[in-house]
Amino acid sequence: MTYPTLYAICGVVLFGIGFYGTVFCRHLIRKVMAVNLMGAGVFLVMIALAARTPSGAPDPIPHAMVLTGIVVAVSATALMLALIRRLHHQTGLTELPDQMEH
Amino acid sequence: MTIGGVLIAALVGIVSYAIWTLPAQSAGLADAAAAELERSGVSNPVTSVLLNYRAYDTLLEVTVLWLAVLAAMVLVGGWSTGVGQISETQNPVLRGLVRLLTPLMILVSGYLLWVGGHAPGGAFQAGAVLGSAGVLLLLAGVDWTRKVPPWGERVLLTMGLTTFMVVGLGDMLLEGVFLEYPPAYAKWLILIIEAPSGLSIAAALIALFLGGRLRCRHIMSEQMSDEGVS
Repeated sequence: MTYPTLYAICGVVLFGIGFYGTVFCRHLIRKVMAVNLMGAGVFLVMIALAARTPSGAPDPIPHAMVLTGIVVAVSATALMLALIRRLHHQTGLTELPDQMEH
Repeated sequence: MTIGGVLIAALVGIVSYAIWTLPAQSAGLADAAAAELERSGVSNPVTSVLLNYRAYDTLLEVTVLWLAVLAAMVLVGGWSTGVGQISETQNPVLRGLVRLLTPLMILVSGYLLWVGGHAPGGAFQAGAVLGSAGVLLLLAGVDWTRKVPPWGERVLLTMGLTTFMVVGLGDMLLEGVFLEYPPAYAKWLILIIEAPSGLSIAAALIALFLGGRLRCRHIMSEQMSDEGVS
């Protein structure tokens, strides 16, 4: 097993943890953190797989895409936090009403 | 919850297996990117991808950041707790540290912007450092946003996107294709895009921290009176 593979599999596991949190955490701030963890996992996979070039110099395209992705993740996180804040301000809720029990 | 956990574990297993069976070496697009590097105007391959080959991505990314600020402006509309509360809880150690760090962070930000052409760095890194310097000042109780004039907020937030569009449309006049730089001027065009973009990104990050606005004191008093009425 090479180092890029190890890092990429770590990224997949991080994505899985984040996915679980996004689906099953009740508190909205936890959901936001879980979505960010999913993003971090995807970035780790892309950066790790970019290191597999024969020359040793990493492939710049996934690096540039991750850089773009980080900024989009920051924007999305800020938007999620703004939405949560507005929801809390208007309803006092910190989690979405449960649909499963109806 | 357990069924979901098992399904997600299965997904992780399948994707991990797919990564495990990938060939150990793959050139990807590294060679294609390296072949055109001389004509891209910069010698850092990541910057050349970001601002030349895939400049559309970066243009849309700046747009996404700007849209997030607009959405936060609509949803939150400024910082309702206010900088005033933070400056009451300020401590002298933080203030001293910020006094030392702020000029250094501005310098590092300028350096990152310039060095992006040939080494790791660029507008986003520069903007992130400059933005965190601004947030750090606010957290230390220095309300510099008071000095931002009403038009300054709009100019700061939109100058990156505007410059990007103007340069892109100028390329369209010269070369016939949107964002297709003439190779002779590529280096300077990239720098012309990056400098205002870096400032805009810093302004956008600070605005997101302040709930969508750059001028918190004015907004704060408005919002407080709004909340007092409701």
